[in-house]
Amino acid sequence: MIYLTLFYEFFKIGLFAIGGGMATIPFLIDLSAKYGWYTTSEFANMVAISQSTPGPVGINMATYAGFQAAGIPGALIATFALVLPALVIIMLIAKFMQNFSDNPIVKAIFDGIRPTVAALILYAVLELSKISLLITTDSGYRPDFTSITICIILFILMEIPRLKKLHPLIWIAAGAVIGIVFKL
Amino acid sequence: MKKLWELYASFFRIGILTIGGGLAMLPMLKREVVDKYHWINEEEMMDIYAIGQCTPGIIAVNTATYIGYLQGGILGGTIATLGEVSPSLIIIILIASVLRQYMDNAVLLHAFAGIRIAVCAMMLDTVLLMIRKGVKNVLGVLLFFGALILATFTPVPLPVIVILAGAVGVIAFRLRKKEGGMKS
Repeated sequence: MIYLTLFYEFFKIGLFAIGGGMATIPFLIDLSAKYGWYTTSEFANMVAISQSTPGPVGINMATYAGFQAAGIPGALIATFALVLPALVIIMLIAKFMQNFSDNPIVKAIFDGIRPTVAALILYAVLELSKISLLITTDSGYRPDFTSITICIILFILMEIPRLKKLHPLIWIAAGAVIGIVFKL
Repeated sequence: MKKLWELYASFFRIGILTIGGGLAMLPMLKREVVDKYHWINEEEMMDIYAIGQCTPGIIAVNTATYIGYLQGGILGGTIATLGEVSPSLIIIILIASVLRQYMDNAVLLHAFAGIRIAVCAMMLDTVLLMIRKGVKNVLGVLLFFGALILATFTPVPLPVIVILAGAVGVIAFRLRKKEGGMKS
């Protein structure tokens, strides 16, 4: 029963992805490996589309992933399952502990989780690099130097202070133009 | 009834004007909930946003749930959440359905190959940002590499890694407190 599976998996993501939309990416990548609802390269496209369309990125990605898995009902179920844990948790916090983020234990938990979220997103980048920066061969992977060079140049540009505030849309558009020009 | 409609419409507008996620929503949020409806003041808004950052789920949605709950209880929180996710559901389902029919177009395929490289670079940028904000001491470095190794080379499920990291954070906090207590 795909709807139940979707609900269960996205509820889990909603519960364990802490720190916003980007934190859901490693979980969504693992889903593609586990169920094959979408390929890794489809997933990378989904991330780009989710960042360039209206709405919170995390919700856009969940809706997209759910749609790929099981059409419109899948999109609805994935999105509602994703927000459900937070809905309950936030209401409990609003009712019982309004100074939640000042609580020392909460701070301690979060101090532990923050470096981990960064690591898990790097893990997701490594997974994504298999389809965007490496070429699959019979014996494994070999680097695609054109793609790697483009990625490094884009990354360095992003770290230039004056370009830091550019909207993600600009980078995605740049990626599209580069892809068309270099026939990637 | 009017209040519930206002909550839905207000967070629908916030959702639709948040492109790219994260801090992008704050100016729009302020305009709606502080300037227009006076549901909360700016300081409360930043507190709620901070709570949304250290709770599970999508930050923008958590903020919507919280403010909705303050205004209209459980129903208010649910309606505000629905308002926040509605634009995503509509827009992503439309885009996903349309894109499905054009995904064999050569130009589009090149564009997306380039976009996937940009996505890798953007995610690396996110990792760097999160390291700067979240990895502050030796423990943070250990947690970062520990999580990266567990995620990349072992079958340990991601939720388990997150729980372990939170537990390490609490244990470190207790040890620090004990040490501090003995010194004083």
